Amino acid sequence: MRVPLRWLSEYVDLTVDTAELARRLTVAGAEVSEIVSTGSWAGVVIAHVEKVEPHPNADRLVLATVDIGGGEHPRVVCGAPNLRGGQKVAYAGVGASLIGGHDGEPFVLKAARIRGVESTGMICSEKELGLSDEHEGILVLPDQAPLGQPLGSIIGDTIIEVEVTANRPDWLSIVGIAREVAALTGERWRDPTLQYAEGKKSAAKMAKVEIADKDLCFRYIGGVIEGVKVGDSPAWLKDRLTAAGMRPINSVVDITNYVMLEMGQPLHAFDYEKVRGKQIIVRRARAGEKITLIDGSRHDLTENMLLICDGEGPTAVAGVMGGGESEVSAETTTVFLEAANFLGPSIRRTSQALKLRTDASTRFEKGLSRQLPAIAAARAIHLMAEICGGKPAQGIIDVFPGVEKDRRITVTMERLVKVIGLEVPNGEVRRILSSLGFTCRWLPPDRFIVKPPYWRTDVMIADDVIEEIARIYGYDQLPTSRLAGEIPDFVPQPERSLRERVRDAAADAGLQEIITYSMTDMEGLTRVLGPEEMALNPPLRLSNPLSRQFEFARTTLRHALLQTLAHNMRGSQERIGLFEVARVYLPREGDLPEERETLCAVVSGRASGRWGSPTGEQAGFYDAKMVLAYVLGALGVSADYRDSVDFAFLPGRTAEIRLGEDRVGSIGEVHPRVLSEFDIGQPAAMFELDIAALLPHVPEGVHHKPVSQYPAVEEDLAVIVSGDVRAGDVIGAIQSFPLVASARIFDVYTGEPVPVGRKSLAFAVSYQAADRTLGDAEVAKQRGRIVERLKRDFGAELRA
Amino acid sequence: MNTEPDSVSEIESAALRDLGAAADAASLEDWRVSYLGRKGRLTLLLRSLPQLAMEERKVLGASGNALKQRLEDGYEQRREALERRRIDEVISDRIDVTLPGYPLPRGRLHPITQTTRDMLAVFAGMGFQTVEGPEVEWDHYNFEALRIPADHPARDMWDTLWIDYEVDGKRPMLLRTHTSPNQVRFMETHEPPIRIVVPGKCYRFEATDATHEWMLTQIEGLAVDKGISLTDLKGTLAEFARRLFGQDRRVTFRCSYFPFVEPGMEISIDCFICRGEGCRTCHYGGWIEILGAGMVHPEILANMGYDPGIYTGFAFGVGVERIALLRYGVDDIRHFYSNDLRFLRQF
Repeated sequence: MRVPLRWLSEYVDLTVDTAELARRLTVAGAEVSEIVSTGSWAGVVIAHVEKVEPHPNADRLVLATVDIGGGEHPRVVCGAPNLRGGQKVAYAGVGASLIGGHDGEPFVLKAARIRGVESTGMICSEKELGLSDEHEGILVLPDQAPLGQPLGSIIGDTIIEVEVTANRPDWLSIVGIAREVAALTGERWRDPTLQYAEGKKSAAKMAKVEIADKDLCFRYIGGVIEGVKVGDSPAWLKDRLTAAGMRPINSVVDITNYVMLEMGQPLHAFDYEKVRGKQIIVRRARAGEKITLIDGSRHDLTENMLLICDGEGPTAVAGVMGGGESEVSAETTTVFLEAANFLGPSIRRTSQALKLRTDASTRFEKGLSRQLPAIAAARAIHLMAEICGGKPAQGIIDVFPGVEKDRRITVTMERLVKVIGLEVPNGEVRRILSSLGFTCRWLPPDRFIVKPPYWRTDVMIADDVIEEIARIYGYDQLPTSRLAGEIPDFVPQPERSLRERVRDAAADAGLQEIITYSMTDMEGLTRVLGPEEMALNPPLRLSNPLSRQFEFARTTLRHALLQTLAHNMRGSQERIGLFEVARVYLPREGDLPEERETLCAVVSGRASGRWGSPTGEQAGFYDAKMVLAYVLGALGVSADYRDSVDFAFLPGRTAEIRLGEDRVGSIGEVHPRVLSEFDIGQPAAMFELDIAALLPHVPEGVHHKPVSQYPAVEEDLAVIVSGDVRAGDVIGAIQSFPLVASARIFDVYTGEPVPVGRKSLAFAVSYQAADRTLGDAEVAKQRGRIVERLKRDFGAELRA
Repeated sequence: MNTEPDSVSEIESAALRDLGAAADAASLEDWRVSYLGRKGRLTLLLRSLPQLAMEERKVLGASGNALKQRLEDGYEQRREALERRRIDEVISDRIDVTLPGYPLPRGRLHPITQTTRDMLAVFAGMGFQTVEGPEVEWDHYNFEALRIPADHPARDMWDTLWIDYEVDGKRPMLLRTHTSPNQVRFMETHEPPIRIVVPGKCYRFEATDATHEWMLTQIEGLAVDKGISLTDLKGTLAEFARRLFGQDRRVTFRCSYFPFVEPGMEISIDCFICRGEGCRTCHYGGWIEILGAGMVHPEILANMGYDPGIYTGFAFGVGVERIALLRYGVDDIRHFYSNDLRFLRQF
């Protein structure tokens, strides 16, 4: 809401400066987002054009001598076609700051010779003063403008832009803001004049109004004004509309807009002669009805839209926009004025459906006062009589099926203290409420009976009144206190705790955490998920995506990791490790999707040399597995890995990660086909973990095992097995023996002298007992059993 | 074979000669073994003493043991000299201490993760437990149950991304626009006293610019109990601002409107850059808005089956990115989710 302060000051004296005014309004809830001042034209004064002579060297230019007061009579060269002797104009002296008439750039005026004649200063156009884009002619000021005074003393204004919250349609008006200012500065506000002289002809006899759908229209007032002369509005009215951001159209339409801005009630003026059957019916649209509106747009109407119809059909969309046929024009002599009250949600629905958000609809949708139409209609009729010479009919037509009972709200002192934590003194409460137009009666011993003013449709319950008291008293004036009650029972959040431990572990392992968007495009998903996975979890689609890029709720994180990797390679082969922990969205029939917390990580690039230069090996499966094992190790679990197949990973370099019978994730080297789709020109390895699946396998804490007091015997054990034997299985077998404290692989070897198709696996085995020192014979016996078992299960032979 | 034992003087002259020739720790050890070891020459001599006559034993024993002492002393001096020489050699081989140490790759948490955790920790210190809720939400929880029915003008405050999926044509699904649905979700299943914070991602149908992202992280707070008032809300949030941003932080409260609270407010802190004087960061206002809050609307408490005459509560919602922008001095919110490592590695 643009509030020009000149206009505002008609209804309330502004006794504090603009910055302080803006601060107080903001603190009270009417946030001032911008303060724009026009009218600080230094060096521009009001001048009288004394003499206009032809320019000796140019047909289109003239020489104007102006009186600027103080005995000065500068002569300027001017090319404006509308310059006449006797006008009052805006004269800019040398040194004034203006806007270029042609280029729109600011400049400082210098003395100049124009076609050989000295020009001392300039007569300004609106554009040069920054008032508008008008540069065809000069700005002509009213005759009574005071000679020699700064231009800013008669035009120019400060406009404050107020962000009005959805609960305060009354603030969508200058009078509404004036009331607030009055309460905040201890002033009184002044209501606009509503009086007008009625004629003899009865409005009720000139037109009939019927409200057919009383659930959508609570009140409809029709006023009739005859003898109206439609023309240009007076300058003051046009200036105010322009300052508030509206374009002047003609005097009748301008008055309806003016009253809307002034009082917050949208009005509509019909050409009475074009109201067919001289009757208005307010009803829902019928299937197939159409209407052409003032803006020329044509709309198909649907049955939940409320219409204003005349005797033959739709003539306006209620609360949104008037129709073209009954529009007021220059020929109009009798005006039928509408001031109505509609159901807010209905107006909002209609305006959204028609994609027409108008000044009227944004006010109606918030739910306006049902008292307001009568006041606003009187105001508009008053102005039409004053400005357009109109003759108001006798009385008005007022159909008011939605009469409400007065609201009386009981506010106890106990409730006030309970909600705001402070006992505001009785007198202060009454002072605050009456400053806002509430009536407030103290009912001893403990309560106020409060009646909100008609314009406060938002105040319904005691707590609403308490907010009024608190905000005017000042939130900042209230004391602070600490929560005193007992702290609620602890509710464990095991999955959340685990997820945060996973994050920490992945970062500890040297990976950088990223956070990417939850929405993606179909391409991102189909690059990393196979058709079966896509069919199993078809991603949820947004019906109004911001762009195609963010159309689907992701069912994987893989694409995001690869995209981020690609963006960060920048031609370097530096080793990069990234991870993200986020939800994937797996649709469920008839319910919200399952949001599964997932870890996905990628490593790529060459290992670094001594000082970090990427000279080592390209990242592969075992680099990813190193990180994965670190993460799992930090959680106290160790997983089994089984060869598997995955759409995005290289066959033979892919495994599923298992804990017991549960598949908790997968790991693999990313398939070169996938890498090239993401423009990644080097190998990358990736793993994913399903955090919920992990949860049941993570021990709750660390359980200490006593450290053996007896020495361990360390031995190497090398066996030759077939190339397809899995080292993990062999280690598992060795570790299953009771005296084996640990077994670690330290070498895998193929080639001479190991036969083709076979490989050598070398393990460092540690034998230890908890209760005694192991003798050589005992170790040898255990070793023999191990070798026997490896021979039996894996066809292993001891390597010499 | 010469069974005659070495004479003491013979051993002494040979030992001293060989000791002088021992140039490193290994040859010194060889020397020790050959003279003083279990089968060393001097050891053998001394071990032969019992076989000698009493007189001879006395003389040879005295001089032999004296020599043993001298050789042991000589060994010790030689060992120390060699050790000194070895250290001198290391010292003389200077390294360049300005060369960097070998790099250890450091992983980092995303600045939004770090900021979220820091904020939750502050609230944990005031007794607020962390819980979470779904990001894909029913219209009911995101709007209806928060007193924002369809066609309510306040819906304009939250431009919504809708899911193209309706269950029984009635319950539209959406990406939650704020974490406030969790107020209702939690109250539905718990009894007062309640003190929770709910972090999570939210989504808005919004064009992005330096201060707006369509995906954002919010932390919702909710406290419901007997005797909770606006002054508790003020105290809690002022304490939050001070713990997160420093003890001398000033906080200001202004009236605002959210349909699910009454009274409603927005909270600002004094600008970091100008300390309230007014600068570009605070749009010359001196204050920076950090969160919205208010007393839980009594109608919502009643809908949850709590008696609003007995229980009161407050709720707040704070944008994590906003806080992170301020604490790290980041000038564009879009940096957070563009995931440029040159940006992320600074945190």
